[in-house]
Amino acid sequence: MKVGLFIPCYINQLYPQVGIATLELLEKLNVNVTYPSGQTCCGQPMANSGYESESVGACNNFVDNFKDFDYVVTPSGSCAYHVKKHYDIIPQTEDVTNVRNNVYELCDFIVNILKIKNVNAKFPYKIGVHKSCHGLRGLRLGSCSELVGPSFSSIEDLLNEVEGAELTSLARKDECCGFGGTFAVTEEAISVKMGKDKIKDHLDSGAEVITATDTSCLMHLEGLINRNKQPLKVLHIAEILNSSI
Amino acid sequence: MNHSKAASIFNKDEKKVDWHDKALWFVRHKRDKAVHAVEGWESLRNYGHGIKAHTLSNLDNYLIQFEENALKNGVQVHWAADGDEHNKIVHSILKAHNAKKVVKSKSMLTEECHLNPFLEADGIEVIDTDLGERIVQLAKEPPSHIVLPAIHKTKEEVDELFQEHLGTKPSGGDPQYLTGEARKHLRKKFISADAAITGVNFAIADTGGFVVCTNEGNADMGAHLAPVHIACMGIEKLIPKQEHLGVFLRLLARSATGQPITTYSSHFKKPINGNKMHIVIVDNGRTEQLSRPDFRASLHCIRCGACMNTCPIYRRSGGHSYDATIPGPIGSILSPGKDLTKHSSLPFASTLCGSCSDVCPVKIDIHSQLYKWRQIITKETPQPFVKKASMKMMGKVFAKPMQFERVGKVARWSLRNLPKGVINSKPNVWGKERDLPSGPTESFDDWYKKRTENEQ
Repeated sequence: MKVGLFIPCYINQLYPQVGIATLELLEKLNVNVTYPSGQTCCGQPMANSGYESESVGACNNFVDNFKDFDYVVTPSGSCAYHVKKHYDIIPQTEDVTNVRNNVYELCDFIVNILKIKNVNAKFPYKIGVHKSCHGLRGLRLGSCSELVGPSFSSIEDLLNEVEGAELTSLARKDECCGFGGTFAVTEEAISVKMGKDKIKDHLDSGAEVITATDTSCLMHLEGLINRNKQPLKVLHIAEILNSSI
Repeated sequence: MNHSKAASIFNKDEKKVDWHDKALWFVRHKRDKAVHAVEGWESLRNYGHGIKAHTLSNLDNYLIQFEENALKNGVQVHWAADGDEHNKIVHSILKAHNAKKVVKSKSMLTEECHLNPFLEADGIEVIDTDLGERIVQLAKEPPSHIVLPAIHKTKEEVDELFQEHLGTKPSGGDPQYLTGEARKHLRKKFISADAAITGVNFAIADTGGFVVCTNEGNADMGAHLAPVHIACMGIEKLIPKQEHLGVFLRLLARSATGQPITTYSSHFKKPINGNKMHIVIVDNGRTEQLSRPDFRASLHCIRCGACMNTCPIYRRSGGHSYDATIPGPIGSILSPGKDLTKHSSLPFASTLCGSCSDVCPVKIDIHSQLYKWRQIITKETPQPFVKKASMKMMGKVFAKPMQFERVGKVARWSLRNLPKGVINSKPNVWGKERDLPSGPTESFDDWYKKRTENEQ
């Protein structure tokens, strides 16, 4: 099984530790993982802002980098979802459909492809899970509060096996944090208010650390937490799963 | 004013935002409890979606069938291409019966057509009889929600409004007292009405009948007391068969308020002996929306308001911030079809979280349609130069790995070395209330290259 690692643009530049944790974790799990060096961005920032046509170059670059892998794994539900859902703007060659079918968010890949739940991590803290929307309602990494059906969550499956970790529960378990890409800036007032409300819910639930499958949501929440000096740490789920403190 | 600006004004009063958010979240929560108690809820949604899709694909036939059956029942049927024609038809019916006083139950269509001011201009009194609608009518405001029109008003505000208009005593916002007074006030209006106007929730092609859902019984009170009943409906209100109500009535009230069924689900078929019944069937842009393959499913909407209650943006910005007859997520995919430029900010008033699509009882892919409208809006309406240029630049940077590396390096250096005052200065909207991440010295690329070199 040949796995290509996609590190989203903002993780590459601003949160390299998340990329490192992802790579180390996959290697620990004996995955034959390669990091193609010519990668940039999935194209989502332009597309979600209404400039899908400006994202074609990024889409093509993505496909070029990952067309020869059995799986593409990325520590971002949002990027994986974007490739799956919105890469219909480029011609649907075999390479494109393969990449779209085989792209996986990290937790999804570990639980549903590798069929592993216990990654031998230790992390003795109270963890509040932020269920990022594109992973949740886009990729269905877990059951959604709006829908009627059995309860499940790949993220919680993994975290429940982490030694010492305790999951806290929110009053609103899957409400959006308010990041939303350029929304964070164009609708600044609402974005900030949503983030503040989300953080309050986590604080009320007794969480010490907020984690998620997406660093974008976390960047927004961390920005508020740091500005307001609130007692919460923010870590990507790969960092927790790769931890052995 | 665009949505973002209106929303930031609404957010100046954070306590009010919290109150508004909690009130609507309560309704969403009630809805969750109600739907989780229904075995086969997701099947019901599938049926609802399927029946609506089928009906819209055969709308011409079902409309003709509905008209034929309604005529057989002794109902007069009128067709209106747009809001103006609708208003003129209603006006002419009222004139023909010399009706001066009209009671009207809830109808978003008549809001859309601006019927009230049209009739009032000719001296006709129109009283909205739904309590929430009456409140906003007295306040001279449009509804801020399609099911809960006065949800933006506190009971204390209603108290003051009633003192001013209905002469009530100050009660500190006592809901029971205020409702009682509204009841007395409306009762007089019902008794003296010359005509009643209602909306239509479902029009049934195979019987020519229609169903109006209310919780207050105000549609029945109006229609049964007045000698003339005018029911106004959009062409998308049709369902093929009576039995399909078994799907839609179960979906509607649970999604709207978490009730198993609306208190009154009133079936109208023919006029009471000696009375008149009219149905006005209105297009007003619906056919055009039907012709847009990406957006036609927006016409499935049964106006339950669940997408508003669940929308984290709606709850925190209030219905009026959308400046459209139908606010919230569903309004944001309907309104651009009517006036793209005026409503161009609405599809961007979303994080594309997808909750609206999952909560929708007829499975409209609302968030996908928001995304699609965005693509159209950036092409067909004027966009700020900075946005356009930066998107073009980003597109170029991300297409070329070398460029991406160079730009990344500069960005990280700036975040590390520029003083906070510069980073968080005014043009950086992000930094108004949020810190930016600190720029690491190494990107993941740098780290990976080093690691590979060390391994060799």
